[in-house]
Amino acid sequence: MPDTRRNFLRRSALIAGTALAGAGLARSTSAAPLEVPPTAQQPGRPIPPASYGMPSKFESQVVRRRTDVFVNRQNWSDWSMTPLQHQHGIVTPNGLIFERHHAGIPDIDPATHRLVIHGMVKQPLVFSMDNLLRYPSVSKFHFMECSGNTLTDWTKVASTTVQQTHGLLSCAQWTGVPVSWLLDEAGVAPAARWVLFEGADGSNHTRSIPLDKVMDDVLLVYAQNGEMLRPEQGYPLRAFIPGWEGNVSVKWLRRIKVADQPWHFRSETARYTDPMPDGKWRQFSFVMECKSVITRPSGGMKLDRPGFHEIQGFAWSGRGRVSAVDLSVDGGKNWQTSTLEEPVIDKCLTRFRYRWNWDGRPAVIASRAVDSTGYVQPTVQDIMKARAIAGFVQHHNGVFPWSVSASGEVRNAIA
Amino acid sequence: MRSRDALLATVLILGAAACVTQTSSSRPPERPTVGFGHPISEADVAPWNIDIRTTDGRGLPSGRGSVAQGKVVYEAKCIACHGPEAKGGAMYGTMVGGIGSFKTNSRVVTPGSMYPYAPILFDYVRRSMPMDRPLSMTADEVYAVSAYILHLNGLVPADAVLDQATLPKVQMPNRDGFMLDDRPDTRAVRCMRGCK
Repeated sequence: MPDTRRNFLRRSALIAGTALAGAGLARSTSAAPLEVPPTAQQPGRPIPPASYGMPSKFESQVVRRRTDVFVNRQNWSDWSMTPLQHQHGIVTPNGLIFERHHAGIPDIDPATHRLVIHGMVKQPLVFSMDNLLRYPSVSKFHFMECSGNTLTDWTKVASTTVQQTHGLLSCAQWTGVPVSWLLDEAGVAPAARWVLFEGADGSNHTRSIPLDKVMDDVLLVYAQNGEMLRPEQGYPLRAFIPGWEGNVSVKWLRRIKVADQPWHFRSETARYTDPMPDGKWRQFSFVMECKSVITRPSGGMKLDRPGFHEIQGFAWSGRGRVSAVDLSVDGGKNWQTSTLEEPVIDKCLTRFRYRWNWDGRPAVIASRAVDSTGYVQPTVQDIMKARAIAGFVQHHNGVFPWSVSASGEVRNAIA
Repeated sequence: MRSRDALLATVLILGAAACVTQTSSSRPPERPTVGFGHPISEADVAPWNIDIRTTDGRGLPSGRGSVAQGKVVYEAKCIACHGPEAKGGAMYGTMVGGIGSFKTNSRVVTPGSMYPYAPILFDYVRRSMPMDRPLSMTADEVYAVSAYILHLNGLVPADAVLDQATLPKVQMPNRDGFMLDDRPDTRAVRCMRGCK
């Protein structure tokens, strides 16, 4: 019963939100007389002595969800997705940042947590969290995207909502210490070329990372959006590798080992590699290439009437800034530039907006991003010319269309 | 000649700098002059030092295990999720077969078809398996279960015994199956009118 009521409220809010201005019909209809709301006639809840604030009870539909395309038979090596259709602005709230774990979520006491740096260094070093918090801190806004984002929807429609098609994507302000500082302190050997990151979770998840990238911009992160990391985001310490696939930003980080060559772990051979047409696999495909998606209107929504609708979405690139986002409302035949909302930050979600006057006829809407290197977001057909799209294929950054029917139903139109 | 080389070097450096500026404004500030790490010896890191360089097996511990022993370990610790003879079970799909499937549209990814180096199996099983008690198996058990899975994939004989010397020598069919990232691999153009 409460669920039904919530759904009704949600639908009403959506209809109200999408039909506000522009439609002459709405303006000519006389509104009902206003009543004084009961909340204005009595005190609200008192302020508790101590609390952690939670969203309104009327927002309970805004939650992470697991994929609806298939059901994993266990939920330790699994994932949950960010409700992008409900995200306002570029920052994902901490409780909504997507999850991908390989053996569940450990609860680690920061008082006992240790990070060790060893291998091809002059002096192996160990750090407590107190040690790490003594360094000057660095805070950066960056997106994080799983390499598997959108992988269920390459050549056939599988997912319904943008949460299901693109929700392995989040954005936060990450705070921590540059790994380069700590590696310099340990004294990296001249012949060193690669670094291993290893987690303290039950999968002891590990990846080989090129030293050049680590020295360039990789952070040891202990906080996100102004508070210490959430347990599911690696509390108390994780790596954060700007612009690269999420699984290299190893959570619950406990070990960094320096070496002269990569380890070729399972996580970088049998997993997180991309099938190629000649039976080969592309390895160490770290960068998340330029991509965008319309989040409103998006799959599962309904436009209640023709007229004004603001199209909103996100664009991002692991190689730099978003320089433009083009918008098509005719299935990709013609494109117009959309408006990018400040701030436009390197390797960060960028908000685009486009004012659309829907004529009420069936339409296919899509966005196409361009980044600061000049790279243009490809279509799935463009990608298929270069790669083998067969099976469980990652690194899908294709243009993603939504169809709008004459009755306003918005649906996944990838195929 | 020399000045032209110098000029070329300058152009290259400027080019590199411009490239870095364009793609790496995520770069952090200068390192402070202080440091708060505590020295530790490699000997004291040893309990955590479990990674295997899988190309040649460097880091593999002493110990050994046979296919027959591996079957016993597998049936005690792995079968509940992975099924009899690693053909797929309650939780996961097959870990056997798929060799030769990568040029078809139904690629079957298993340790046998996919791993380029056999020590990957040891590294992964030891660090992550069994899922309810990772890091609990002895080196002998991990060698044994690795031998069993390799045998089920037809890559070692039924009487094989694997250790730090023999495991890296197992020839994996996907040894040369990988290429380095060469993206961007698309050349989309920014068509604005009358596209497609």
